[in-house]
Amino acid sequence: MTVQTPPRVTPGTPATAAKPETGKPWKERWAGLFFVAPFLLLFAVFLAWPTVYGLWNSFFNTSLAGVKQEFLGLQNWREMFNDPAVWSSLKNTLVFTAMSTPPLVIIALVMALLANRRGVLGWLLRFSYFAPFVLPATVVTLIWVWIYQPGFGLVNGLLTAGGFAEIDWLNTDNRAMLAVVITTVWWTVGFNFLLYLAALQGIPAQVYEAADIDGANGRQKLFRITLPLLSRTTGLIVVLQLVASLKIFDQIYLMTNGGPNYATRPIIQYIYQNGFTNYRIGYASAISYMFFAIIVIVAVLQFKLFAGRKEADA
Amino acid sequence: MLEDSPPPPPYRPNRRAVLGGLLGAAGALALSGCGSLGGKPRVREWNLFGGGDGARLLEIHKQYVAEHPNVQFEAHTLAWGPPFYTKLAMSAAGGRAPEVATLHLSRLKGFSPTTLLDPIPVDLLNEAGINESDFLPASWNRAMVDGKLYAVPLDTHPFVLYYNTDICKKAGLLGPDGKIKPVKGVDAFVDMLKAAKDVTGKYGASIETTNPWRMWWTLYGQLEGKFFNEDGTQLILDDAKALEALDLMAKLAADGLVPRSANYPALVAQFSSGDVGLSFNGEWEVTTYQTAKMPFSMAPFPVVYDVPKYAGDAHTFVLPHQANRSKDDTKATIEYIAWMLKHSAEWAAGGHIPAYQPVVTSQEYLDLKPQAEYRSVAPDVFFDPDAWFSGSGAQLQNEAGAAFSGVFSGQSTPKAALAQFKAATQTLLDTPSPV
Repeated sequence: MTVQTPPRVTPGTPATAAKPETGKPWKERWAGLFFVAPFLLLFAVFLAWPTVYGLWNSFFNTSLAGVKQEFLGLQNWREMFNDPAVWSSLKNTLVFTAMSTPPLVIIALVMALLANRRGVLGWLLRFSYFAPFVLPATVVTLIWVWIYQPGFGLVNGLLTAGGFAEIDWLNTDNRAMLAVVITTVWWTVGFNFLLYLAALQGIPAQVYEAADIDGANGRQKLFRITLPLLSRTTGLIVVLQLVASLKIFDQIYLMTNGGPNYATRPIIQYIYQNGFTNYRIGYASAISYMFFAIIVIVAVLQFKLFAGRKEADA
Repeated sequence: MLEDSPPPPPYRPNRRAVLGGLLGAAGALALSGCGSLGGKPRVREWNLFGGGDGARLLEIHKQYVAEHPNVQFEAHTLAWGPPFYTKLAMSAAGGRAPEVATLHLSRLKGFSPTTLLDPIPVDLLNEAGINESDFLPASWNRAMVDGKLYAVPLDTHPFVLYYNTDICKKAGLLGPDGKIKPVKGVDAFVDMLKAAKDVTGKYGASIETTNPWRMWWTLYGQLEGKFFNEDGTQLILDDAKALEALDLMAKLAADGLVPRSANYPALVAQFSSGDVGLSFNGEWEVTTYQTAKMPFSMAPFPVVYDVPKYAGDAHTFVLPHQANRSKDDTKATIEYIAWMLKHSAEWAAGGHIPAYQPVVTSQEYLDLKPQAEYRSVAPDVFFDPDAWFSGSGAQLQNEAGAAFSGVFSGQSTPKAALAQFKAATQTLLDTPSPV
């Protein structure tokens, strides 16, 4: 795309090329390391080491209760592949991801297009679209559990007023997940909306001016200018959203506790149940690593896909 | 004015000295933060009482703090069930647990007492005036693991019957003394619910359908069903009896005598709003309904089948494992436990039947209405099966909840639900014990 303005050069400041690092005395180079040391230390203690330790645990029958620990080899991993609950909960996580990602991207885009305007209406839309995102999970789920409640909840009230039968949203097999997805979209779409809005506001006005002069209509401007210029942002949002959706736990734990009959239990809740409720840290570690691998694969695939497209664009 | 040299600068501490000094001071503060240097023994208590009983506990603790100005006391209520046990286990595994915590007696053996708990110093307990003879032998023996005392029983809490006196009077369920007429047998039980339903126009009774373990375990116990074999290695569930109980539960929901779906808050709300005339629940919501000023009383759960058995459990005090247990703190902790037992008449006002016998036989307790109405069931409390995955809020109850809630909602047949529950139990049995 060739819509970039040339870099502005302030007179007086020479356009300094960064000096090659190799010329610096060792003391200055060490100073850099010294400054990042606090972060490196925290990173090593709270992320790198637990990651390695978790993998290590997955080969033992490590127990939260702190009793005898024996080497099991691949036994945890073998148990995992034969445990139907692992696969059904993994399926629930994937179903949630597949159901929640498209609306969270498309609705965010539509909302950003609506709210990208000046004046009071623009302000009001921006505020109300983003507002739910600042609520904590506990508040959001509390509100929605009431909304879904049979008997006196808002949704069922509307259904019965419209002459339909009541639905026990959170306790019916194939409705509970939909209910959680709707809640999640309402709650978190504001973040994607904000990313889209920022990207929209970054599109230079002269592009639209030029299009106007050429006689393009609104539809053409949307599909030929706006959407193509947003494609990088869309890529970013899709990756972030996929990873966020795969990590689903809070809303489900608080709204259905994985029910009814485990129909909404995500893989992370199963890991939690094994590791903490049943003290089986070793087995929980094995499942975590399998899931970690899936997230890494999804993220890498996404990046490859979008990196490939970028090169094609250039 | 001319000077030869600038005057010497006034003394300014250099940066290193200041930083060094601050670091030293911070270190000294951190050091003094460890241990109870203030001289006051410290008692931190973690509990899981979030219902009406929790409100009662706060009142009792207020009195304890007023009477013990020399003890630094902190109590924390954590979310019931897995969240509580998870946090307690982790704090004990790290050796940095609170001085004392509550624990369900049914969870004791599954909580790995040898690594996560410290034994109760019985000599200190005796010094504080509490003896073995103050408890029923059954509850004291259950608190022993490998010959050591790991828990001090506080109470027993059976599954009971709550009834709305206004509704039941209109339904003709009350006797001349104003108490509910005891019913016996399946037909009488169902008729009682029907009569209540006719008055309310909604349901007969409220029940937690999302976690119906207590209901099923009560019915199965009344049928004299067995669960594990003697050494706890085999599931010997009696399918016919288990199904009979599940069939009854399905029938109650199908006939609209209980809701098809209700979680715990809904169970409480339906009873306090008068949508139901009866409620099947543990006895710990007394304070909630009293605060709501509603006309109600309580009775033992009906004997629907052959023998009186009531699903239940007991709360105990335990000493979670601390790496460096202080003598003074432990002494104060044991004294706290003793004080709580001696004041358990106030605890009983919250619904639970005290374990400390001098209180059970006291006039103060016998005068408590409706709390003393169901005290007779204490010996018939039916504890959960003995296994590391069993007990209040443990995995076995969760599996039962997942399988059996479908019986109420109609999404599952009793047969399918039982098959699912048996398979889940077998999987847990086959899993090597982590404790």
